[in-house]
Amino acid sequence: MYNFNYHRPTSIDEAVKQYDEAEDGQYLAGGHTLIPTMKQRLSAPTDLIDLSGIKAMQGITRSDDGAEKMLQIGALARHEEVASSPIVKSMVPVLSALAGGIGDAQVRNRGTLGGSVANCDPAADYPAAVLGLNAQLVTNRRSLDAEQFFMGMFETALDEGELLTSVHFPRPEAAAYVKFPNPASRYALVGLLVAKTNDGVRVAVTGAAPAVFRAAAMEAALTDDFSVSALDSILLPAGDMNSDMHASAEYRAHLCTVMAQRAVAAIVAQDQARARQVTSEVTSESTS
Amino acid sequence: MSAKSMSTESMSAKGSSSVTVNLKVNNKAVTETCAANTTLDELLREQLGLSGTHIGCDTSQCGSCTVHFDGRAVKACTLLVAQCEGAEITTIEGLGTADNLHPMQAAFRECHGLQCGFCTPGMIMAAVDLVHQEETLDEQKIRKGLEGNICRCTGYHNIVRAVATAAKKMRN
Repeated sequence: MYNFNYHRPTSIDEAVKQYDEAEDGQYLAGGHTLIPTMKQRLSAPTDLIDLSGIKAMQGITRSDDGAEKMLQIGALARHEEVASSPIVKSMVPVLSALAGGIGDAQVRNRGTLGGSVANCDPAADYPAAVLGLNAQLVTNRRSLDAEQFFMGMFETALDEGELLTSVHFPRPEAAAYVKFPNPASRYALVGLLVAKTNDGVRVAVTGAAPAVFRAAAMEAALTDDFSVSALDSILLPAGDMNSDMHASAEYRAHLCTVMAQRAVAAIVAQDQARARQVTSEVTSESTS
Repeated sequence: MSAKSMSTESMSAKGSSSVTVNLKVNNKAVTETCAANTTLDELLREQLGLSGTHIGCDTSQCGSCTVHFDGRAVKACTLLVAQCEGAEITTIEGLGTADNLHPMQAAFRECHGLQCGFCTPGMIMAAVDLVHQEETLDEQKIRKGLEGNICRCTGYHNIVRAVATAAKKMRN
């Protein structure tokens, strides 16, 4: 790792100013992609701007965004914080489960939501949640829809020096995330997030292609009939998918259907459990 | 962890290529100056002489360098010393002594949870955090909890036994 000038700003404005003044600056969040990349000398910034002292980018809160309650997560929230947060568990439980499955325990204790989303690794888990749940991405300059944000492999709509400060998730009616983890890294070979939202059924796919995307064919089939068998005959085109030593494009396309079906099965099971709970509450009320 | 406690040099508008950091290592206050690109494992081993923290892969995968940062397991090879201002670091040397082993260390010995021993300090630090975090542990939870640590000798079976044994003792 080449040396660099280290900065630790305490405000978003100060961080952006330091970035702008640097010859080749780089923001540091959890550092679990950046530091290994710098060690390999694939990245050699002149200045590292450590965001950990910025309070405004921390914390997990429930906010009222008009009529809708939103889950607001600071970009610096660590995976473990999201996985164990009671607010996340009650509002968007799928996000807590997803965060608890990223990497390993030590990685989850350091890695951050904002770092993962801004890095836009094709196999990262969080982008599936951001796109699948239709989250809003808030930067120091504007608010972006998930649809506008993810552009390609390691490529987002963030401009030079623009800083992702928080991510706002609307509460889905029901959602599940299922991935086929790479057995060594636990990155998603393919990861599918299926959600029933106010805007209808959404299906987001990570790991399969250069960047996270929505599977329109699956969304249409599940809108007609929200069942596992509705996806039986749907195979996403392998032509757009990644092929590497871990899996061929064809295998990834196959996994997309299998993972989507498992996610749908999990949602159907959640719905049934909820229905049983309601029935038993009604029954116990009528007998008490 | 206020930025003000950083050295004045490192807080100049241009940043600094060396940092002076105040932290606690095994309950002892430490102030060290090093190049900004120094990682925590390098500080521990080379500047503080705490060679119990091992460097295996140096790419955040093997977990041999696991230490506790404010009580939670982290990989010291993937943490800059500069990020440790105000932190409390615990290494394997801070856990127990040769005469008075920590229950996790004793269980690794009792269950033969090591062969060459290279991964052992990291395994033990990760396992102690795991026991602190989980109210109950079964084999599956232990295996999942140790996903960040690689052992090339044992096949993990005795490590899992050791963690389960230690967890019982630590809760008593």
